Amino acid sequence: MTLEELLQRAAEEREKQAAFRHTIRVCVAAGCLSAGSDKVKAALQAEVEARGLKHTCQVKGVGCLGLCSVGPLIAVDDAYCRNVTPEDAGGIIDRLGDRPAERLYLSAEMPFFARQQKIVLENSGRIDPERIEDYIAADGYQALLYALHEMTPAEVIREVTESGLRGRGGAGYPTGLKWSTVAKADGGGQKYVICNADEGDPGAFMDRSVLESDPHRVIEGMAIAGYAVGANRGFIYVRAEYPLAIQRLRAAIRQAERAGLLGNEIGGTTFDFSIAVRLGAGAFVCGEETALMASIEGKRGQPRPRPPYPAESGLYGKPTLINNVETFANIAPIIRKGGAWFAAIGTEKSKGTKVFALAGDVQNTGLVEVPMGLTLRDVVFDIGGGIPNGGRFKAVQTGGPSGGCVPEQYLDMPVDYESLTKLGSIMGSGGMIVMADTACMVDVARYFMEFCMTESCGKCVPCRVGTAQMYGLLTRITKGLATAEDLQLLEDLCDMVRNTSLCGLGQSAPNPVSSTLRYFRDEYLAHIAGRTCPAGKCEMVADPEKEVA
Amino acid sequence: MANQNVKIVTLVIDGKDVSAQQGQTIMQVAREAGIYIPYMCHVEGLSNIGACRLCLVEVQGQRRLLPACTTEVAEGMVVTTNNERLRKYRQMIVEMMFAERNHVCAVCVSNGHCELQRVAQKLGVTHVRMPYLHPKLPFDASHERFILDHDRCILCTRCVRVCDEIEGAHTWDVRGRGTESRVIIDLDQPWGTSESCTGCGKCVNVCPTGALAEKGRATAEMTKKRQFLPYLTIMREEDWA
Repeated sequence: MTLEELLQRAAEEREKQAAFRHTIRVCVAAGCLSAGSDKVKAALQAEVEARGLKHTCQVKGVGCLGLCSVGPLIAVDDAYCRNVTPEDAGGIIDRLGDRPAERLYLSAEMPFFARQQKIVLENSGRIDPERIEDYIAADGYQALLYALHEMTPAEVIREVTESGLRGRGGAGYPTGLKWSTVAKADGGGQKYVICNADEGDPGAFMDRSVLESDPHRVIEGMAIAGYAVGANRGFIYVRAEYPLAIQRLRAAIRQAERAGLLGNEIGGTTFDFSIAVRLGAGAFVCGEETALMASIEGKRGQPRPRPPYPAESGLYGKPTLINNVETFANIAPIIRKGGAWFAAIGTEKSKGTKVFALAGDVQNTGLVEVPMGLTLRDVVFDIGGGIPNGGRFKAVQTGGPSGGCVPEQYLDMPVDYESLTKLGSIMGSGGMIVMADTACMVDVARYFMEFCMTESCGKCVPCRVGTAQMYGLLTRITKGLATAEDLQLLEDLCDMVRNTSLCGLGQSAPNPVSSTLRYFRDEYLAHIAGRTCPAGKCEMVADPEKEVA
Repeated sequence: MANQNVKIVTLVIDGKDVSAQQGQTIMQVAREAGIYIPYMCHVEGLSNIGACRLCLVEVQGQRRLLPACTTEVAEGMVVTTNNERLRKYRQMIVEMMFAERNHVCAVCVSNGHCELQRVAQKLGVTHVRMPYLHPKLPFDASHERFILDHDRCILCTRCVRVCDEIEGAHTWDVRGRGTESRVIIDLDQPWGTSESCTGCGKCVNVCPTGALAEKGRATAEMTKKRQFLPYLTIMREEDWA
């Protein structure tokens, strides 16, 4: 397909859609689906059909609308309806063009929707993820064909570099720099592009939503990356626990191939690019890039020491570009609107937006995308709506098992890579778990340590044994069995495991412990010296003497 | 043998100026210079995996500690192989190796000939601060000549590599994750039933502890012969060249 044909198809599809007077968008991403949104969609379609409104009102399944806590969520033109049941269908159609019933109505003006800024999620909740035409109508694949026809690979990389985009997987490595390194590497004719969709942090579902809501965006980003670095093969490594994302991704790849937007001689140029999906079998460590590549090669999913970095020697020993889902999802808009446009959003060192999965003790749980630099308070209290049932805020956990807990006094810190690192946490992939004062911070640290312990691959000693030892010590603390020496040993282990582990999993595993020790040391001491849990969560062993023996 | 293309670099290890061929690891160069760096998963003649973390060294200008066994030397590198911080980490790592499984030297076939014991002595590990995890582990005596005692295994995977890289049988592998990891025979079956095992005994001889031993050895009787490895490796390199 040439650029002219693509624009032609976009115009045709837009015209077709404009013919409808009303559009009802029903979220069919995993969250709302599990609440029964497919039945809601069927009921609405039946109602429209029965009333003969088929040509004036379209009902379409779309990706995530964001506010998962009140699903099934639908959008009737510009108004949102929450907790919709199939029985509501008649009433909703009755009031088309009018405000929906008060019980269902959610204003698009509420801070949850109004304060977001959408780049990655610009099509989520707007387009049908299963139809390539819908993506094309939303300017999809224009960036790819434009890049192929009008830009050199070096120009593409310059644009990405200028945008200031940094890796959204967690570490924040400059994307443009990574691309240029792979572009310069000599692969002897073969290089690879990998999309890391092995999202595994507890409470995080950003990548899943992007893949379920707008799979073509990721494919387009990868193809542009392939052109920029000189790779003609791509892999998407996605965890098998995401069946819907996998299904939509595979369908999207087929559609793109059929439309000539993937495969050989894309857009009538000499550029070939194909994408294959690889499924992860549920190991958290396979989100680490070298373990992920070992897994794709069919080996045991274990990391190896770097250097050499994947850019030099990656998949099958060839130069490999590996980026996260959200990173690739930012590429098409950057090429379409320019690096300078992107660089104008966010803070000095953290550009653009970040998608967060808001979860835990917060009113509005769901998926949000905010410009970098917004404060944590804005995210938790304004967008998130604060703590439900009049509870008190205690901490917000970012970055999953590699991250840390940020207490109330730092809520006015901006959300960007450097600030969160300074606070002893990390940006991470975007999980954000809010905790009320009913949460015991030692117990939280213990939870994350248990996760790291069971997910440690077992290759290096500090991570394999260190996490088990730390978990044992934390368990002793929560049972009221620990001594001051145990706390000292715990701190020594934190330092040692962080500095000696082979990969990021072990190096960051102590973070939940060190950050809670830094801000909530009194809770640890209460468990140890006072044998009480201030939050009332942990049960102390009645007779410690007996237990120790 | 003379290779005109070998580049020579000079670097500093522990304040000592040394020269090296490009492509050599810090471990190799340090050994030539008579500088001891402790290790457990490394063994000369096999591929290096940087897993035990005992050989971590400080390299000037690098934020992280680097394993000496996998890090190649570079011109002007300044390496510190021994200081208080590294000693502390190494001691803790050795302590963790002891605490992970059931290492009871007094009744071990390798007592007195054990690399773990020797490293612990060199590093001055006199006691273990952390609680022993005491896992319940099986013992495999089904092979006619060898035994596998998981209680003594430190998961260095030397057996896995020697079997794959030198013997070419790949009888050994690892199953499970974290502390549940375990070396296995073929598809996790008794050693005696393995069809891929050639019975060569290389795994037994590279094993640093008493996890793999010959049958019929009593306490402290199991000495290991490792001379075959560098010899085999060199022979193969010459063949290929």
